[in-house]
Order: sequence, then C-alpha cells, then structure tokens
Amino acid sequence: MHYNENNTPKDWVLKVENLTKIYGNYTENTIANTGPNKGTNICPETGSIVACAEISFELFPGEVLGIVGESGSGKSTIVKQLFFDMEVSMGAAFIRPFLNGKVNIFEESNQKKRFMRNHLMGMVYQNPRDGLNFSFSSGGNIAEKLLMADIFHVGKIRERASDLLNKTEVPVARMDDLPAYFSGGMQQRVQIAKAIANNPPLLFLDEVTSGLDVSVQARVLDLIRSLQHELGIAMIVVSHDLSVIRMLTDRTLVLKHGRIVERGLTDQILQDPQHEYTQLLVSSLL
Amino acid sequence: MIENKKFNTSYNYAFIDETTKKEIRRKLLKAVCIPGYQVPYSSPEMPIARGWGTGGLHVTLAIIGKSDTLKMIDQGSDASVNACNLRDFIHMTTDCATTYDTVEATIIQTRHRITEEKLTDKQIMVFQVPQPEPLRMVERYEYKTRQMHAESDYAKMWLTLYEAFVKWGAVMHGADYPVMVNNRYIMAPSPIPRWDIPNLNNAECLYLFGAGREKRLYAVPPHTKVEPLEFEDVKFHIEDFSDVKCASSGYNIAYMDEMFQDDGVSKKFYVNDSNFLDKLLEKKKVIQHSNKYLNKIKDALQRK
Repeated sequence: MHYNENNTPKDWVLKVENLTKIYGNYTENTIANTGPNKGTNICPETGSIVACAEISFELFPGEVLGIVGESGSGKSTIVKQLFFDMEVSMGAAFIRPFLNGKVNIFEESNQKKRFMRNHLMGMVYQNPRDGLNFSFSSGGNIAEKLLMADIFHVGKIRERASDLLNKTEVPVARMDDLPAYFSGGMQQRVQIAKAIANNPPLLFLDEVTSGLDVSVQARVLDLIRSLQHELGIAMIVVSHDLSVIRMLTDRTLVLKHGRIVERGLTDQILQDPQHEYTQLLVSSLL
Repeated sequence: MIENKKFNTSYNYAFIDETTKKEIRRKLLKAVCIPGYQVPYSSPEMPIARGWGTGGLHVTLAIIGKSDTLKMIDQGSDASVNACNLRDFIHMTTDCATTYDTVEATIIQTRHRITEEKLTDKQIMVFQVPQPEPLRMVERYEYKTRQMHAESDYAKMWLTLYEAFVKWGAVMHGADYPVMVNNRYIMAPSPIPRWDIPNLNNAECLYLFGAGREKRLYAVPPHTKVEPLEFEDVKFHIEDFSDVKCASSGYNIAYMDEMFQDDGVSKKFYVNDSNFLDKLLEKKKVIQHSNKYLNKIKDALQRK
C-alpha cells in the first residue's frame, strides 16, 4: 500500500549497504565460502561464523519491511546492528533524519549514536526484559525515553506517558506499577509505548509476538498496525512467523544463512515464492 | 656508624612522602581543570583505615604548609572524636596552627557539612567523601558509569528522581543530593544536607573532594555553576526550619540538629554548626552564605 512508483529510491529514510557481521577471524574468502549456496554460515577455512553478509536494502517513509527466515539466519543481527546494540563488521547505513542521510551512522561517535537511538529510533525486543527496566515503574520506563530526549517536566512526562499507555491499551491506573507485575502481553505493550515515546521515524520490532499466546498476539499485532496507520512510522519487522509478516508488512526480505535469498512485495512472495527456501517456508505455513 | 639523617625522623613532613604528595597535587590540578570530573589517584596508606576520612586527609596533607591554619569539622562540630583526632594528627605531623574559628582558617577539612559562615577566596574547603560516584545507585559497574559520564548519559539518574517523586510525592534525597557541575558532569557533593548544596554554586572559595576508599579526587573551583538536579515543575528545596528555633540561641536561619532530651520524649533543636552557634551566643558579627533559598527564608521571616 505504501510501495508505489512515487517512492523513487531517493525517498528512503533508511538505506543499508553491504551490512556484514562476522564472529571470529576472517579472510577475504570467508564470505564467498559461506552462504545459502554453500549451505552453511561457518567458514571452512577459518571457522568464523558469518551472522549476516552483504545485506543491502532501503526503507521508505511509512513503509513496513519484513525480515523473515529460520532461527540463526541473521534476522535479529541486522536490527541489533542498526540499533547499535551490536558492533558491525563491515557495511554502512544512512538515516535520512540524521544529517540528511549523508553520513554512515556506524562511523559516528558513541554520543551521536546515542542521540540517534534516543531521538530517531525505537526498538521492541522479543523479551520485554531486554527493552524495559524492571526496577522502574512502567511510567518510569516511558519517562526514561523522554528524559533521554531532554524533557524535564514531570507533568508533561506523565501526560505523555498516560497518552501512550492509553494508545497501547494499558490501564493508565497501573502506570506507577512495576512491569514485573504485568502479564506478558501488557509488558510487551508497555515496551511498544516506550519505543514510540519520542515519535521516532524508525521502529524496529524483533520477534515481538513470539513469546505470547495466540489471542494476545492478535491484539499486539492489531496495536502495531493501528499505530502504523496513525503515526506513519517506518518499521522493520523481524519474525520467523510468516503470518505475522503477512499481516504487518508491505515488503519482505527472506534470509537464509545470513544472506538475502529473495526480496519483493509480501503478497508476491507469499503467493509466488521463487527461491526454493522461500517455497519451503511458504508451503510449511500452517 | 654513619648517621642516616633521612631516616632519623619516622615520617616525612605532613606524613605522606614528597613524591606521593606531588602526585596528589597533580591530580588535584587536573580535578580543578575539569570541574566535577572524578580523577583517580593513589590513595596511599594512612594510619587510619580507608573510608574513615583518608581522602580528606590526603588532600589536606598534600596542600597544607606551616603557615596554614587548619579547622576540622565533623557534622558541623569541631569537638567530635573524629574531628579532634584528625586535627591532632595533622597538627602533629605538620606543626600548622589550628583553630575553631571559621574566619581564621585557611584550610577547612569537613565531614558532611559546609560552614554556615561565608567562605572567602583565601580559603579551601576539603570534603571527606564516602561515595564519589553519583551514578552508583543506578549503575553498579564502574566501566559503565565512566562511559555514562563521558557521554553525558544521565537519563537513569533523572529517572530515579522521577520515580521518587511518583512514589513519595517528593524527591527524597536528604543528603548527597546529586548536582550538575558546570553544565557537564553530575557530581556527588558528599553527604552534606540539602541546606548546604546551594552554597557550592558560584562560591568564592575552592572546594576539594577526596574519596580515600574509592580512590577518587574531584573539585569545584571558585565561581563554578553548581545546580541541584530539578525538574521544571518539581523544584529542589532546602530543609525547612521556619517553625522551630535553636534552644540556646533562638536563631533559625541555619541547619539544625534535632536533639532528644533526657526524658527520652521531648526534643529540642540546636544550630548544627558549633562555631557558628558559639559566635551567635557571643553576639559576634557573622556573615552567612547567601543564596536564593536562604534569601527566600529571610524574606518570609521579615514579612512575618
């Protein structure tokens, strides 16, 4: 729906070029020796592990991009690198709102990276314990994100926090309770509220519904979809679950052994998969 | 036998050997150059255990000379055991003059109070600091707190204030209230009461901080901006003694001690700073610190 001819390649909000993450020592042959064609991501020469390699894509404003693949295929590695949770081995990324997308964000100082994290990006992790601080109240967790963006007014912070909790369907009366006392679905919704607290232009969702039961999954997916409609945030959705991908995303990358094996409109990929791995994925969809 | 003059005395002037004193002075210079930044230092062995005022002692002994006049206070009192012993020790090893009088002193070593009387540009105040790292309560790893300071990543610190306000309706830090120094570093002012915090701001004198156990020195140079952390709508405030009076002087624009009486039930308030109280009783002229919080109290009293 957002992917049309008006989105010329110049419109991107996020551009990733040749993103690569390798664990261990590697040589120039490492990348050629691994990948879906070789059927492995462990280099036979050096024993280094190629988590992801040669990942290039663009993300357009308001677009939802899906990344799908089996476990260990490098899906989470990509978003974790983009969110600076992980160092990159090679590659570049550009964000339009940061210096008009002219500089490689991986080469910036830690201070700049922190600025981008706090002001331009949001991340929702699979496990709420990664994204939330369980010793602070849920309101406090949202406040942390606002304080990072230099909002030092308790009244305004609380107003914004209750707005967000309203939006994510967490009872505002429980704003000052610890997230530890919440159900898994509620924790996940608090995490989403925290991630979008500063209206970031970019949101990364890493297996957000994987730990939840089916009815809660549906509500969280619903929430993400309505937020996307309402705020028009560009998102990357990482999931091993094709039904999540089908429900949320416009465009999809299929990953295997750390490489993109197929890319295209989500409908197209699901209706008419080209790569044999994608065919396997789609045919095994329940 | 050849007499070895070097080892004739059992210790060097001011107890610490010259090389180490030089090191401490160098670190102090660095601390003054970067207000609020914690400088690691050697923290040499002293005849008292680390954590019992050694940081303050190191600083005092490194900067003191024979012409100095030392005042030593412990929680406002010149006469407590801690103050007496440290004063005797420094006097014994340096032969410096000692005093109770705040105005006469050139170096004031203190535990957890700033004097009520205003300090001048001829004076240095040395604090004994138990925990120099203000972020320790939110982050237990040193390598992380250092990174947080380096990147001015203070959201977690602010968050504890927010959480305190949400839980209790007020920011509850009584002593050691975190301050922002020179718009750059958050600093632990040592466990001085809130009453003293505004006196760190734009002061005439030099404030030096020594944390012996944690091996850190830091400083607030004269005329440096020191602001307590506060929200735009939840402001910092100092202790309120407007409805009590000192039982011996009748004064109440000073930090007060609350003393239980011998019956174990009733209590009276006394001015905490012993030298200040003495001067009040002797009706001597005293010039107090002035800051906006004190001025507000004085205005309110005048209106009454």
